[in-house]
Amino acid sequence: MERFEKAFLCAAAIVLVIFLGALAYSSLAMGIHLPSHFGMIHYTAGQKLRRVLRQTPPFDRPGVREIAPGKYQVTVIGLTWSFLPAVIELPAGAEVTFVATSMDVIHGFFIPGTRVNMMLIPGQVSECVYRFRQPGEYLLICHEYCGRLHHTMSARMVVK
Amino acid sequence: MSTPIVSDAAGFKLERTDLNAVRANLYFGFAVLAVGVLLGLDQAYNYAGVDLVRHYPVINSYYQGLTIHGVFNALVLTTAFANGFIVLTTARGLGRRLPGALVHAALWTMLAGAVLAAWAMFTGRATVLYTFYPPLQAHWSFYLGLALVVISTWITSAAQLVALRGWRRDNPGRRVPLLAFMSIATYVMWDIASVGIAIEVVALLLPWSLGIVPGTDPLLGRTLFWFTGHPIVYFWLLPIYVSWYGMIPRQSGGTLFSDSLTRLAFVLFILLVPVGFHHQFVDPGVSQGLKYAVAALTFAIFFPSLMTAFAVMYALEIGGRRRGGKGLVGWFFRIPWSDPSVCAQVLAMLAFLLGGISGLVNASYTLNLEVHNTAFVPGHFHLTIGTAVALSYIGIAYWLVPFLEQRALWSRRLAIFQSFLYLAGVLILSRGLIAGGLAGMPRRTAIAQASYHMAAWRLPGLMTAAGGTLMVASMALFFLVLVMTIVAGQPAAIADIPFTETVSAPATAGWQINLDRFHYWVIAAVVLIAIVYGPFLFAHLPPDLAATGLTYP
Ligand code: HEM
Ligand SMILES: [Cu+2]
Ligand SMILES: [Cu+2]
Repeated sequence: MERFEKAFLCAAAIVLVIFLGALAYSSLAMGIHLPSHFGMIHYTAGQKLRRVLRQTPPFDRPGVREIAPGKYQVTVIGLTWSFLPAVIELPAGAEVTFVATSMDVIHGFFIPGTRVNMMLIPGQVSECVYRFRQPGEYLLICHEYCGRLHHTMSARMVVK
Repeated sequence: MSTPIVSDAAGFKLERTDLNAVRANLYFGFAVLAVGVLLGLDQAYNYAGVDLVRHYPVINSYYQGLTIHGVFNALVLTTAFANGFIVLTTARGLGRRLPGALVHAALWTMLAGAVLAAWAMFTGRATVLYTFYPPLQAHWSFYLGLALVVISTWITSAAQLVALRGWRRDNPGRRVPLLAFMSIATYVMWDIASVGIAIEVVALLLPWSLGIVPGTDPLLGRTLFWFTGHPIVYFWLLPIYVSWYGMIPRQSGGTLFSDSLTRLAFVLFILLVPVGFHHQFVDPGVSQGLKYAVAALTFAIFFPSLMTAFAVMYALEIGGRRRGGKGLVGWFFRIPWSDPSVCAQVLAMLAFLLGGISGLVNASYTLNLEVHNTAFVPGHFHLTIGTAVALSYIGIAYWLVPFLEQRALWSRRLAIFQSFLYLAGVLILSRGLIAGGLAGMPRRTAIAQASYHMAAWRLPGLMTAAGGTLMVASMALFFLVLVMTIVAGQPAAIADIPFTETVSAPATAGWQINLDRFHYWVIAAVVLIAIVYGPFLFAHLPPDLAATGLTYP
């Protein structure tokens, strides 16, 4: 019985090592990365976050900007219950960096059918890089509950 | 030579008043489940584009109903069930009464907390979902209510530890009986795990909702929440493991094969508390290195889960073969399927197997991006907590209620049918939610009223509604069997609870005796927590109370 127990523990340990290997492989070799930390926005309880954002680049000018040839930055603010800007136009195939934050509560930032999936937390900046290969209409939705009209919080994305 | 997993196999009679506390916990838990399930129906139809909530009394919005569904099912039912069931298994395991004053204090604290939180939710003062992420702000009574629910578990834990101390004094040199060990380990794990939510509620949310501090810190709140939010799953699961390891082998005519491996599995759950960061893979403000480290630790959870799967399957196989099952799978059909308690729990295990597979997807760091906060997530956990746990509660109730009432189960056939119906329902519901999630259908969203929709969500939504209907129908049958057993079951004399035997006695020398030394494992867990959470807290503290958010959203 003792031998049986040991054999079992070894087998389980091997399975575990295989899982960990697969994880390391998918993140290192395949180059898939998680949304990362871009920065923080400092404000205090007395200040209106809305006013602070208006003076904090890049959120003073939400929208699409070409930062290098073929490279775009899309700056988005989430607020109850819409995104700023409400329509985003992008060229197909370009490398797009989404930089986003929230003006009030926690919101989601999700484009169904893609890996663009982030949380927007007030005071924190979220960032994520993506390339739209297929032209067409995409949907940007808030997928974190943010109050009464959460299900109306969306924006249109047009990839040409 | 087999060894029973309790201190005194010959018998031990529990005090009437203690049994009443167990009964009150159990029935209150099932009562809130009934409310939760009714709201589940609306949620399932929502994904098919049908807005049922308009026809519900009292409930004014989809999210109000969803908050109640989550809080009642995942927080109140689970706490009430654990507080009741585990008090019983601890007392039976040790052959010793738990301090009655503490057991009753836990019961009343839990009831007060649940009523307070329910008041806030039903009056629309806490439509913040069961995760209540700040800076959505609820009425203080909601936070106070949840705090009391957590405190009731600490009181239960204290009652166990008092009884354990007394038992050790009277039984020097003996190993802690396995049934009591599993029960106590469950609460020791939870004592550590619940600290996060306790700090979040008491230090951040209560003062903020009372207006004592001006704002709150959303990232710190989220981090403290998930510190508890992951291992709370163990707290849901471990009482079930107590049954799967400690009772199911006996109920199915088998034997538990290893005492040490069983203890080791429970100890590992104590050690693996700090993996909550894996719920924050897509959050800003949490470093990449930390995310990798936690992803690795998360996979380690499969270790005790695999051990459990193996041990329980082996016990069932022994039972099936003793009953004449032959061949590779023949034993499976000889499990006593006609015992409603065994039937429900074996079906729960099957669901858990599927849930484990979808959990792998969830935990795998990279695929998570595609399913985070989509319907995939509830698709996954209705297999785990919604079935593995809930259907096991039902299975346990199928012997526990007859034991408490001293009456035979009202209709065994209906009970068995009910379990199969539930499994069929949840398989369809989860299939729908998982497919919808993979097609980008968000969770926690009133899709029936949304300003957007995608064609790919249609069929998954219909499956969700169909499966949900079967689940609710099955639950209605369960409540029928429950109530009829209490009021009209045939009187029967049921002397004891079912407890199993292990193949060999626990070792009284060697490394194994360290398994019983809870303080070693608590210290090790605290060190691991410091390693994982220390750097984040060090960089983040003091809290930044700037976010003012939305009140009563
Ligand atoms: C019996 C019938 C049930 C049905 C039809 C049902 C249906 C659903 C659906 C469709 C959702 C997703 C809602 C959304 O994200 O918008 C949901 C969420 C949930 N369910 Fe159930 N459920 C049932 C039973 C249970 C049980 C027994 C439990 C646990 C013991 C449970 C725990 C939960 C939890 C924790 C959530 C997440 C709530 C949230 O996201 O805030 N459910 N349920
Ligand atoms: Cu939102
Ligand atoms: Cu939202």
